Amino acid sequence: MTNVADAPPVHVQTQPPSRRSMSGLIAQTEVDLRLFGMLVALAVILLAFDILSGGQMISPTNMVTLSVQATGIAIIATGMVLVIVSRNIDLSVGSLVGFVAMSYALLMTDWFPNILHLPADFPLTWAIALAIGIAIGAAFGAVQGFIIAYVGVPSFIVTLGGLLTIRGLVWYLSQGAAVSGLDPTFQLIGGGAAGSMGATLTWGVGVVGCLAVVAFLFSARRQRRRFGFPIRPMWAETVIGGVGCLAILGLAAFANANYWPKGLADRYAADHGIAVPAGGLQISTGFPYPIMILIGVTIVMSWIAKRRRFGRYVYAYGGNPDAALLAGINTRWTIMKTYVVMGILCALAAAIAAARLNGSTLDVGQSYELYVIAAAVVGGTSFAGGTGSIAGAVVGAFVMQSIAYGLSFNGVNSPGQNVVAGIVLILAVGFDAWNRRRSRSS
Amino acid sequence: MTVADGTPLVEMQHINVAFGGVHAVQNVTVDLRPGEVVGLVGGNGAGKTTLIRCLSGAHPADSGQILIDGQPVSIANPRDAKALGIETIYQTLALAENIDASANVFLGRELTSRFGDLDDAAMESATRRVMGRLNPNFKNFKTPVVSLSGGQRQAIAIGRAVHFNARILIMDEPTAALGPAETAQVRDLIKQLKSEGIGIFLISHDIHDVFDLADRISVMLHGKLVGTVNKSDVTTDEVLAMIIMGKMPEEVTQKDLAMLHE
Repeated sequence: MTNVADAPPVHVQTQPPSRRSMSGLIAQTEVDLRLFGMLVALAVILLAFDILSGGQMISPTNMVTLSVQATGIAIIATGMVLVIVSRNIDLSVGSLVGFVAMSYALLMTDWFPNILHLPADFPLTWAIALAIGIAIGAAFGAVQGFIIAYVGVPSFIVTLGGLLTIRGLVWYLSQGAAVSGLDPTFQLIGGGAAGSMGATLTWGVGVVGCLAVVAFLFSARRQRRRFGFPIRPMWAETVIGGVGCLAILGLAAFANANYWPKGLADRYAADHGIAVPAGGLQISTGFPYPIMILIGVTIVMSWIAKRRRFGRYVYAYGGNPDAALLAGINTRWTIMKTYVVMGILCALAAAIAAARLNGSTLDVGQSYELYVIAAAVVGGTSFAGGTGSIAGAVVGAFVMQSIAYGLSFNGVNSPGQNVVAGIVLILAVGFDAWNRRRSRSS
Repeated sequence: MTVADGTPLVEMQHINVAFGGVHAVQNVTVDLRPGEVVGLVGGNGAGKTTLIRCLSGAHPADSGQILIDGQPVSIANPRDAKALGIETIYQTLALAENIDASANVFLGRELTSRFGDLDDAAMESATRRVMGRLNPNFKNFKTPVVSLSGGQRQAIAIGRAVHFNARILIMDEPTAALGPAETAQVRDLIKQLKSEGIGIFLISHDIHDVFDLADRISVMLHGKLVGTVNKSDVTTDEVLAMIIMGKMPEEVTQKDLAMLHE
């Protein structure tokens, strides 16, 4: 047997795609065409609404607001990808967001000061609250995941029960009351002028992002060279790296063109004894913290999906559950873990929602499950299982949010937005089904 | 051919498997020696696959005993079987069609870096080596298995079993999906693996396949073992009589053999 594994390496050079045709050129860059197409669609949607609004909509302020509104859905959608890829569903995310958001509010307004008698200036209150919230989210996820994976109750039923039960528990947490008054540092998680990084840090993040893109391309190239695999032509590497860096720096510049609201800036000037120049003091907000959380979540979840065993098993199970089992994978544990990840992501989204509200109400996270599933599906996740990408789901969340924001900006009310969102969802899946059939028959 | 002495590699003793009230396998005993190919034959529903799934850990036996190298072992799941050096090529191939060849070859046994990250390049390199041996024309290392031909998929399933230095190989209809050239390749591979001292259970509908490759033939009918014979002691007609009528060669009459050819 050893001689099979030790046989001399066979150098099978795959034929590089032709450089002649346009599609050949694109193929050589090995760009994810589907994701690229979705980014183009997103740009088209934004431009169309911008034109409809007479060039009013695309401004740094509006785009930063739109992005912050999309973060909660986008963060949870990255986890929904893993759940749907492994042939399950999670309908309980909205209720779980509501429960954890209410927990944050009660922790910081009631339990810390009144039960644990922590002083108001106790260090790292925000981090302790966040850690407890994440633990709560993970625990709910673990319970639901256990029932689905080990007891064998269908995920639709378990999480439908979760949707009702957990939303009911939110009422018991606060006895029906809305709770407000969070730790000031915790509030920064929600974004806004104060909850943003400022110009210098934003440029810093942009530069680090560029370095990361270059380092990533370089290490991928070295890795492939190590085994003598075909590598991308240098021009393609340069184009990808250049476009990536330009996009990152462009976003940083765009976010830095968003300034503090006038009232806030004037108060800041007065507090710090700064003379207000003509036209007002302009302080760049830069990237809001919730966006940074989303970027971090997207990177970590993509890494889990593509570079870790857990992610590989999720996709393998989605492609063929029997094959995963026969390959010796602990499929039950894998499925249970997808729900634990979901719970953690719900806790992060809940932190953003609670911080933005500076508290919590009974209906925080209401119908999140629908938008999250829509984001994942619009982003290319298939209910047949086995396919879906994290980055796609994030773009999907931005597509859905852009449509809602654009309609609202152009005066369409919320029922009208729902009508359009529903139609877009069906169209996206219909297009996907049509596209698959076409590619299979060709 | 005479059966060699020494401890068998695998002994499956008095195996029973029932699904509800249906006895899929009843009190079956078979064994396998190093460097030997045992053909497991029988009609549809004879219980061949069910029997062998006990050995590969896919479905534990209700009762009975499995010995490896004379030692009783417990095989509760596919991981246990693989840890004992038992590799299986399933009739369904058991490939995850949405991931590529090397991800399938290493499924459940991924190569990782120091930090536990998947080392895809190392896995692809090893897969290229194995596939270069099994199917030199195979080049689609980056595409999901779903877009590959039946022969290519079969090669991946075989490559997966071969790569991990199995001592015991179970092949369930390994040539069912293959054309003549690919079938010949698989036959050569079986002969080569056998010469390396690997024990192989070969399940097949094709009596000629079995006669070509097997040293001994175990025949099952309706979940029971009809018997095990040395290939050199029997004719194809006698094996057919075992498969169809459940009669051992010494019980078969000329009339029975004549009926087989009607």
